Amino acid sequence: MESKRNSYIIGALGILLGLIWLSPFYLMIVNAFKTKKEIFTDVLGTPEAWSFDNFVEAFIDLNFVNSLWNSVLITGVSVIIIVLFSSMAGYALSRNKSKVSGAILLLFVSAMLIPFQSVMIPLVSIFGQADMLNQAGLIFMYLGFGSSLSIFLYHGAMTGVPVSLDEAALIDGANKFQTFWHIVFPLLKPISVTVAILNIIWIWNDYLLPSLILSENSATIPLKMFYFFGQYTKQWHLALAGLTIAIIPVIIAYFFAQKQIIEGVSEGAVK
Amino acid sequence: MRNRDVSFWLFLTPVLLGLGLVVIVPLIYGTYYSFTDWNGIKATEFVGFEHYIRLFQDTAFLNAIWFTVKFSFVTVIALNVLGLGLAILVTRKLKTSNLLRTVFFMPNMIGGLILGFIWQFIFINVFSDIGEALGIEALQGWLSTTGTGFWGLVILTCWQMAGYIMIIYIAYLQNIPSELIEAAKIDGANSFQRFKSITFPLVAPAFTVSLFLTLSNSFKIYDQNLSLTNGGPYESTQMVAMEIVKTAFSANEMAYGQAKAVVFFIIVAAIALTQVYYNKKREVDL
Repeated sequence: MESKRNSYIIGALGILLGLIWLSPFYLMIVNAFKTKKEIFTDVLGTPEAWSFDNFVEAFIDLNFVNSLWNSVLITGVSVIIIVLFSSMAGYALSRNKSKVSGAILLLFVSAMLIPFQSVMIPLVSIFGQADMLNQAGLIFMYLGFGSSLSIFLYHGAMTGVPVSLDEAALIDGANKFQTFWHIVFPLLKPISVTVAILNIIWIWNDYLLPSLILSENSATIPLKMFYFFGQYTKQWHLALAGLTIAIIPVIIAYFFAQKQIIEGVSEGAVK
Repeated sequence: MRNRDVSFWLFLTPVLLGLGLVVIVPLIYGTYYSFTDWNGIKATEFVGFEHYIRLFQDTAFLNAIWFTVKFSFVTVIALNVLGLGLAILVTRKLKTSNLLRTVFFMPNMIGGLILGFIWQFIFINVFSDIGEALGIEALQGWLSTTGTGFWGLVILTCWQMAGYIMIIYIAYLQNIPSELIEAAKIDGANSFQRFKSITFPLVAPAFTVSLFLTLSNSFKIYDQNLSLTNGGPYESTQMVAMEIVKTAFSANEMAYGQAKAVVFFIIVAAIALTQVYYNKKREVDL
């Protein structure tokens, strides 16, 4: 009897906590529909009229299609490059058992200790002098910052790919790259999904690095959001509508891929 | 693949170039220039430890470090308590378990900058309205004082990251054999005793992992700081990362900013190396 009562209490507690967790999103959305005056008089309730005017105005002012495209481009290309080059590196490092190979792996793992803020000033200076403070330069920087964890994860996953497969492919006349691309890479698909998810979440939401690199017309969503918010400090109805628009793509992606996302994050964190 | 194989080096070239040009070279270059009068483009004079002596007398920098230490201390404790609590809750086989897991993790999908803006609205507008309605003075004027700015940042960070820490604890909780729990139940252990004697010791490794993860994450926070308080009022809620960015890119003191960045690197690396040490020690103990 008691354990049944307990489980009701715990169930109710869970629902209550869930609602608390969602309340910031609720407050953001209902107030995004209100007029400036309505927010001032009643911040908790639902709006008198569900008008999309704020969203239309914020969508235009954010130049949302443009910033969405910039985010998709930067994140997409960076993640493809990270997955491809890190898997190649993880493969090469795991198939070579020498000291040199071990030292290179250690170098990548140690690089994870270096916080971004410790290298950003010379980084911006060096890339500025090379005239690379643009989207291509940014993508290359993401490869530099993202490859360490990715190589580490690929290297760990390589233990599940038997060397006999490589040897069989070599005997059949495949070269090293063909062996990797046709035999090994397909077998690494589960870890590739994890690596892609971890890097997408990070790069999509990154603010500081693009803020130092990109100009306003190539701004990604977080960067654009920062400029936009600066213009609308006292106009919460528009600011909240803009924030809602900025979040929508992430929420859609999350609901479609939540199982893979949570598994991927779990795998990346625990290793 | 052997060291002298061209293919070995070809496979590694892209990532070695990336790491080298983006992380290693800037780190060496920057450390060297932190001892000069570098202005971001060229250095004319070697100044020795001048910047390092100056930063230990720089109240803005020291305040930022102290604020970051206090913030990290509170956040690490709160996050781990919350994360473990949520993990225990959603592994209780409730009907709503999967839904709750999705909900708790959701803020983690969204960037700190955007979340900070949302909470700025909540702290300023929603809190004051609730405070007015219920007559609670303490809910007025949030983010306008150092104390409320501090707790605002703590609440924001906990809300954002608790789901992530929850995921780590879940991974360890699910490794506990259910036979152990069943056996303890049959032996008459109540749920508190089962937690204390079985669950807690078996999730202990998760503490090391999440403790250091939360510690190094809260030390490096920038986006949330920028969007929630922007360091205000009067730079009293400014954390180290933001102080470095401002020194370098607002005050344009590149060499001095880099000296602070080097000190920051040493602190963060020391935290991380302590973790590596503890992990190794634990593995030996097992």
